[in-house]
Amino acid sequence: MSAPPTATDAATGAAAGAGPDRDGGRAGLPVRLLRHTAGRYRRRAPGQPRAVGYLYVLPALALYAVFLLVPLGQTVWLSLLHWDGLTAATWAGTDNYRALLTDPSLRAPFLHALSLLVFYAALPVALGLMLAAALSRFRVRGMTFFRTVLFLPQVLAMVVVGVAWRSILAPDGLLNDTLRAVGLGSLTRSWLGDYTWALPAVGTIGTWVETGLCVVLFLAGVQRIPRELYEAVRIDGAGPLREFFAVTLPALRAETAVALTLTIVAGLRNFDLIYITTSGGPGNATSVPAYEVYHRAFETNEVGSAAAMGVGLTVLIFALTVSVARLVEGRSEGRSR
Amino acid sequence: MTGPMTGRLERSATYGILALFAAISLTPVIGVLATAFGRQSSLDTGFSLPDGLNWSNFADAWTRGHFGTYLTNSVLVAAVVVTATAVLAVLAAYAFGVMRFPGSNLLFYLFVLGLTLPQEALVVPLYFDLRYWQLTDTYWALILPQTAQSLAFGVFWMRTYFRGSSRSVIEAARIDGASSWTTLWRVLVPMGRPALSTMVVIVFMWTWNEFLMALVMVSDEAHRTVPLGLAFFQGQHSSDTALLAAASVLIALPVVVVYVALQRRFIEGMLSGAVKE
Repeated sequence: MSAPPTATDAATGAAAGAGPDRDGGRAGLPVRLLRHTAGRYRRRAPGQPRAVGYLYVLPALALYAVFLLVPLGQTVWLSLLHWDGLTAATWAGTDNYRALLTDPSLRAPFLHALSLLVFYAALPVALGLMLAAALSRFRVRGMTFFRTVLFLPQVLAMVVVGVAWRSILAPDGLLNDTLRAVGLGSLTRSWLGDYTWALPAVGTIGTWVETGLCVVLFLAGVQRIPRELYEAVRIDGAGPLREFFAVTLPALRAETAVALTLTIVAGLRNFDLIYITTSGGPGNATSVPAYEVYHRAFETNEVGSAAAMGVGLTVLIFALTVSVARLVEGRSEGRSR
Repeated sequence: MTGPMTGRLERSATYGILALFAAISLTPVIGVLATAFGRQSSLDTGFSLPDGLNWSNFADAWTRGHFGTYLTNSVLVAAVVVTATAVLAVLAAYAFGVMRFPGSNLLFYLFVLGLTLPQEALVVPLYFDLRYWQLTDTYWALILPQTAQSLAFGVFWMRTYFRGSSRSVIEAARIDGASSWTTLWRVLVPMGRPALSTMVVIVFMWTWNEFLMALVMVSDEAHRTVPLGLAFFQGQHSSDTALLAAASVLIALPVVVVYVALQRRFIEGMLSGAVKE
């Protein structure tokens, strides 16, 4: 933190602030003084009275604390208890956490969530990169239309997405009808009711939702790559494949990190979709932590275990997003601050 | 570099792939639309092709499915959450963006924490807290937690705007004798309408689509929002696909209309969540 403000700080700040910059400020002050103070000024906040800052933050902070920070702490507290939500709770210590690691029925949701990330994060990022690379080679007409359509799944309520996809994956749904129509009737099944296929089926919905986001993100990034880089490798006789690995992929590193972060977080916060499509079934074939928290807390009255699951999910999300950031920052020079 | 022939071939291939992706994106959407306008008696649980435009499914969803009530609840909750988030986030982000006070960074990071925090880590104690305060089955149980969660994005997003806003404008206002309060509402907020509207559409969409909070906090029908209404309707009438589809259209339509009109704001706002300092 900087030193307390003084009258001179405020004065120079005001002088510099009134100077010409990209917003075309006021004239009439000596340019040399402006140049002198501008550099200093940029590092300092304007000479506002400091205590006022707290007053501005206070209303938001109060609400945020009561309805987000305190519950977060309470979740940690609940995770250390055995509680059925009705009778008196008893101290559990680390029992609930130990169960997360040892009890197969509690470990399974985490394993399901991790395999779902292949569908929610890895596949969409790979597809997005491929499509963006193909689109980077020339100007595509109607891009606004394609962008709008590809991004559309992102704005639909997950409940609606779930209802729509249930109709596709139902025993007499669109997918099975199509399979029968092309003579692959032997492959038809109740996709969401099948022990082996329910998880990939739910994952496919995730791929459908997240791919558009990745494409749009990468397209924006591709447009920022200087044309000359492509021309240079093409003169070297590079084909599309080498062009992709030599130019496109390295240039999209930052976008890849953003895409991975957003899709991983979305893939682990997938309560709505699971609730609507499978409710964790058949058996527990598609149970994920996000669903188990709800199921345990409000359906089977294992509040402590549910809270531990919630904490575990939070830790997993933070660990994965931090490692994505690390992975990208570690290899890029001068980009990170 | 590439000959005109291969160039043309590559172009058509690329457009082909693009069209395929677009078709895959749209298939479920078109399926729902087609089913919504289809005949109700169809026993198929998959999509069906309509034999004309049957508006009766919508009327049925409105009355028999009570979607009129649910839509009213959703509008009310979304309006309050969006307004409250906008006001509180602007105030806090203004302080974080242009003022400096001890602990401001720490406080700001507390808000950023909420961007990646899963609701599942909050919902259990929130339910017991709100039940204790006798707020479950009220609009407050939907409004207060959702406003708090939206503040994470609101504060983060608006602070970026205030950081980027011109110092000279702020100082000019000060020299004219404006207080920090007047500067905010008379100068910075009017100038920040684009940033503000991005935040508003994103928070509106999240609130409108919110499911878990509504499911946990509301058990009576009178306070159900549309996503919750659809989930319960599916549980009871899963074979009534035409009605389900019509209800889905009613839920998705407001957000899709705003999205088509303000596409860039949606994309910009939704992609910003992962961008850290």
